[in-house]
Amino acid sequence: MTDVAKRKSVAPAPLDWEYAPAPEARDIVRFDDRYGLFVGGKHVEPKSGEWFATTSPATEEQLAEVALAGAEDVDLAVGAAREAYEDGWSGLRPAERAKYLFRIARILQERSRELAVAESLDGGKPIKESRDVDLPLAAAHFFYYAGWADKLEYAFPHRAPRPLGVAGQIIPWNFPLLMLAWKIAPALAAGNTVVLKPAETTPLTALLFTDVCRQAELPPGVVNIVTGDGSTGAHLVKHPGVDKIAFTGSTEVGKAIQRELAGTGTRLTLELGGKAANIVFDDCALDQAIEGIVNGIYFNQGHVCCAGSRLLVQESIYEPLVAKLKRRLTTLRVGDPLDKNTDVGAINSQAQLERIRELVASGEEEGAEIYQPPCRLPEKGYWFAPTVFTNVAQSYRIAQEEIFGPVLSVLTFRTPEEAVEKANNTAYGLSAGVWTEKGSRILWMTARLRAGVVWANTFNRFDPTSPFGGYKESGFGREGGRHGLEAYLAFD
Amino acid sequence: MSRLPVKKTYKLYVGGAFPRSESGRTYEAEGQNVARASRKDVRDAVKSARGAFAGWSGLTAYNRGQVLYRLAEMMEARADDLADVCSGRKEVETAVDRVVWYAGWADKLAQVLGSANPVAGPYFNFTVPEPTGVVAIVAPDEPALDGLVSRVAPALVGGNAVVVAASQTHPLAAVELAEALATSDVPGGVVNILTGFHDELAPVLAGHMDVNAIDVTGADGSSTELERLAADNVKRVVRSQGEQSPWEIASFLELKTVWHPVGM
Repeated sequence: MTDVAKRKSVAPAPLDWEYAPAPEARDIVRFDDRYGLFVGGKHVEPKSGEWFATTSPATEEQLAEVALAGAEDVDLAVGAAREAYEDGWSGLRPAERAKYLFRIARILQERSRELAVAESLDGGKPIKESRDVDLPLAAAHFFYYAGWADKLEYAFPHRAPRPLGVAGQIIPWNFPLLMLAWKIAPALAAGNTVVLKPAETTPLTALLFTDVCRQAELPPGVVNIVTGDGSTGAHLVKHPGVDKIAFTGSTEVGKAIQRELAGTGTRLTLELGGKAANIVFDDCALDQAIEGIVNGIYFNQGHVCCAGSRLLVQESIYEPLVAKLKRRLTTLRVGDPLDKNTDVGAINSQAQLERIRELVASGEEEGAEIYQPPCRLPEKGYWFAPTVFTNVAQSYRIAQEEIFGPVLSVLTFRTPEEAVEKANNTAYGLSAGVWTEKGSRILWMTARLRAGVVWANTFNRFDPTSPFGGYKESGFGREGGRHGLEAYLAFD
Repeated sequence: MSRLPVKKTYKLYVGGAFPRSESGRTYEAEGQNVARASRKDVRDAVKSARGAFAGWSGLTAYNRGQVLYRLAEMMEARADDLADVCSGRKEVETAVDRVVWYAGWADKLAQVLGSANPVAGPYFNFTVPEPTGVVAIVAPDEPALDGLVSRVAPALVGGNAVVVAASQTHPLAAVELAEALATSDVPGGVVNILTGFHDELAPVLAGHMDVNAIDVTGADGSSTELERLAADNVKRVVRSQGEQSPWEIASFLELKTVWHPVGM
């Protein structure tokens, strides 16, 4: 164990609480040594002949070897999806389609703990979160969209909704199984078949999901999983047999996909990066706001596109708020993702850790003041202590660029107008937070924040009934709710 | 004694004024010298649209509906002039009725497109449509007036500010519409109309970082390049889906979801 050196600012004394380790049983999940691709209901060896290792970011141990799908593999998967679409899935009675999705939701609930442990092992997130957030929401998403499958004409009256065909779906590594649910559930409910590409560093829960499909007796080819890296995703985007691409990931890759699909007529939805402002007024319930700030940026190590990474504090409460926030940070437990006490787990990959370090270094160079609570980080694996930057100018990279890590930039404002202007001073527009006890001010702010989701006196809440998606360079299209079906339907 | 008529100079419509192109250029279309807007004119138009956006989107929906209805009144009053620059009286009537139809949507959109979402927790959660911001419209050539109105009206009623690249071959209807707009209560800058060459104007609009969406319905062959440029700032690429409908309006809108805890 190494101690993080105490940085410039004066840290409040850390609370001297000792916890005995409380690890979740790891043997509830068993990984195969090697996973092929899931194509046409079968696990197949990749034609590419290539494999890659997936590791635990907390220990750097190899968990399994996974196929790296090449162009030919993607082609076979798209073909299997097309065949399944034409040979039955699109013609199936919608009520039957619904029942497959209900089954999947139930099996996810039954196997919830196993999948939560797998998620924490492969991705590094605390078991507390994978168990209490990712898995329940993933199951709920399937349950919600199951019920839509035979009610589409009520969701879109006068529009004669029909499925698009084959959907290509590319998901990120921050909420692997939950993002899979966000993508697959509405696509299948609308009558499409899918080829899904999980993130390179977190393929395992998607591969375990293939066993959920088997147990649900989902017809072969309705769901196909192609693991791989960016090149696999590019093959999927470029495949002429795909009718729709849904991508969640970085704005940079999203723009490349939009360019690639120009003129093809392929339908596209993008859920991209963010740099959300979390705005705290001086009349807020301060202790609740502190919890909201912490949840906003340290939830899932800050690997959250809608993370509240820019804290805008009204000047009059700046000092007490920052003092309370720093004190609260000393109580965060950083460490073993499988420990039930852990608040902040491992950084997802070496590459992401380097990106965080680079941006944090830029913050120090540009003149911001850094604070990290004293905490012990494990020696193996990828870790980054919860970090707060104060004295941040709007022009600093740490106030403009998405860090996607546990790093908060604190800025101040005086008036509501100034808060709105600063909050909107970004190319992104995914989410925002507002903390005030004044209802009329919440609604005034809400109308002016250019963001797809506004959390008032709360943060980072998600629900299958609640549409989610961005303004501006945070992407287009919505996931969740009735609106989330639209991306997977054509209308006459 | 015959009288020599006073002829009109066809100019741009930017920020509520009728400037000539900053380039000083014109081109001949439909027998008239028409302003040939430059990329600088595009930038000016986008700037005035951005400036007008907050006020226009901040109006009550009721008010916006009334302002659009007033536009229909102004168009009706100019029906003869408009008929001269399109296929005739019937097209004018279709266009006027269309503006009236869309005007009536202003205060119904949120009810048809929005939702209250029953989340599984102690939160009130709702979704409302909001304008996407500054919308560029590459106007179709035919029908000269109604084609333009069919694209501008749905963008406007949702609260967007608009920059139009008018039909290159039939620009007079756009200029005539600008005159109706100028005498209506649509605030200056909310609609900006540029005449000129599509291959000069449309790519600048498509790549402009302060334009939020581009309607390529009138772009024909060049839309692939426009779509590619649109990716520079993740612009929404919009095209007509057919007849007038609230879904045409929806394609120029964002959806905002708001959460608030419920408690004592």
